[in-house]
Amino acid sequence: MRITCPNCGPRDRREFYYQGDALALDRPAEDAGLEAWDDYLHNRENPAGDTADLWFHEAGCGAWLVVERNTVTHAVHKATLAEKAKR
Amino acid sequence: MVKLIALTPCAGLLPITHGGVEVTEVRPERLMSVAPYAGQSKATSAKLKEQIGEGLSAVMCRAGAVTWFGHGTWLVAGEVALDGVAAVTDQSDAWAVVAISGAGAEDVLARLVPVDLRAGVFKKNHVAKTMLGHMAVTITRTDTATFEIMVMRAMARTLVHDLDIAMRGVAAR
Repeated sequence: MRITCPNCGPRDRREFYYQGDALALDRPAEDAGLEAWDDYLHNRENPAGDTADLWFHEAGCGAWLVVERNTVTHAVHKATLAEKAKR
Repeated sequence: MVKLIALTPCAGLLPITHGGVEVTEVRPERLMSVAPYAGQSKATSAKLKEQIGEGLSAVMCRAGAVTWFGHGTWLVAGEVALDGVAAVTDQSDAWAVVAISGAGAEDVLARLVPVDLRAGVFKKNHVAKTMLGHMAVTITRTDTATFEIMVMRAMARTLVHDLDIAMRGVAAR
């Protein structure tokens, strides 16, 4: 599996650390209420298909990435810098 | 008071030579990491140019004393003052720096590094932040058949050990 880092180009998976669903970037407002916060903290989709995850280019440039990939075909569509991801 | 003797990161480990490939220690006098504050890249670049003759280098490149050192970070070989535009940290003693040179240097690194470092794609002053064995390293091609490798100082012995084995392997072919 390879991920194309926006800084470094295509790199082997072993350079990266997996964090979890990119949903973590959509932090609710502080006063959003218990239900929204419970959902944000604990509930995740388990899609058969396209998904977006946060990966850290740990043994490379040190950038956080949003990686879009497909859990069925294992295709890695693209990676963008987390700081530039739409929120 | 006890008199302490300063040792370089690779003291007693280098130089080594096998099959025409040589590894020697590089001893930078001063290394400062430079991380421009948000929106201050241009200002940082301009100040760097005034102070050491080069601005921030392109991603994955070295220009003069300035080396790209990861996302939003550069490593500068020299003294700089960038108050107000960038976070600067003195890292002079933090890194072990070695030079590997010789016709077989590419073959040696090919055994250890997952990135293509051949001359056709990895040219002079290109920089790769990648892995050597299990260690995170910064590799720069400094000349036709010479690379500079930086690891955290605590990993100096492991770096030399891994290079030594790979050099023996290449030399034995």
